[in-house]
Amino acid sequence: MRKYAFAVLIILIISLSVGNADAQGGGPSDNEINAIAKNLYCPVCESVPLDVCPTVACQQWRQQIADKLSLGWTEDQIYDFFVDQYGDRVLATPPLRGLNWLIYMLPPIVILIAAIFLYRNLRNWRKPQLEMNEARSSSKGDYIEQLEDELEARK
Amino acid sequence: MLAWGLVLVLLGVVAIQLFESQKGVVGRGERAPEFTLTTFDGVEITSDDMKGKVVVVNFWASWCKPCEQEAEELQIAWEYFEERGDVLFLGVDYVDTEKEALEYLERFQITYPNGPDLGTRIAQAFRLRGVPETYFVNKSGEVVFVQIGPFTTLQEIVDLVESFLEL
Repeated sequence: MRKYAFAVLIILIISLSVGNADAQGGGPSDNEINAIAKNLYCPVCESVPLDVCPTVACQQWRQQIADKLSLGWTEDQIYDFFVDQYGDRVLATPPLRGLNWLIYMLPPIVILIAAIFLYRNLRNWRKPQLEMNEARSSSKGDYIEQLEDELEARK
Repeated sequence: MLAWGLVLVLLGVVAIQLFESQKGVVGRGERAPEFTLTTFDGVEITSDDMKGKVVVVNFWASWCKPCEQEAEELQIAWEYFEERGDVLFLGVDYVDTEKEALEYLERFQITYPNGPDLGTRIAQAFRLRGVPETYFVNKSGEVVFVQIGPFTTLQEIVDLVESFLEL
């Protein structure tokens, strides 16, 4: 009995002293890969970010990111590589060149034009309404005066 | 007035972009776009190399399953016409990874020139809609046939090339 207890104690001591052994994978983590992949779009399936795209081709492109990271490439170098290979459209944020500037300029310009249009036309819409109300009240006043004159005349 | 002018200009730009996107692929009778293809071996093939030849431009990708259906047939057709010297088969690898592309070429033992379409410039020039697509260009540089999707038989490819050689 004592021998068994002693053996169990030794085993416990050894297991406590041995640290965890992690898998020796090396290379970039999924988080590092996806941090870059989420800023890229699948070149084939439109509007699908690379980090969530389920296709085999997207898995290959994510592997490409992993390979480049393993070689010590920076994020910018990887983005430049993807643009060279597949064009500007792979970037989640299109670069400001060619007609891409329209994506950034168009919405605020349209909103500004709409705001100016509304402001100018609202004033114009209000003016005739005010004039109409004034005209109504003055014609009402004349009518009542006329009625009073007639009533007076009947007396 | 300025605001309306701006709106018109912007609408014009959008209209042009829409018109371009609705054009469809480069079709029969149109002049084939000029392009340069740098193969996976680093060889540059320019439009000058294509002059006076019937050129078969095949767009493919390693992730494209239908492309596999015609890969062997295209290679056999190339072997059939290669020695003539007035036929050129070109494979343009569309939005692919080099490792998988080379494995694909190895798998189907493809020997005609193949290279990546960097920046998808060649695909854009042809207004490509997807892969596989194959364009037949005659000796005058005119697109004479467009195959959308894979060829089903070797005879189709051979007959087409032979018919354009006679023109």
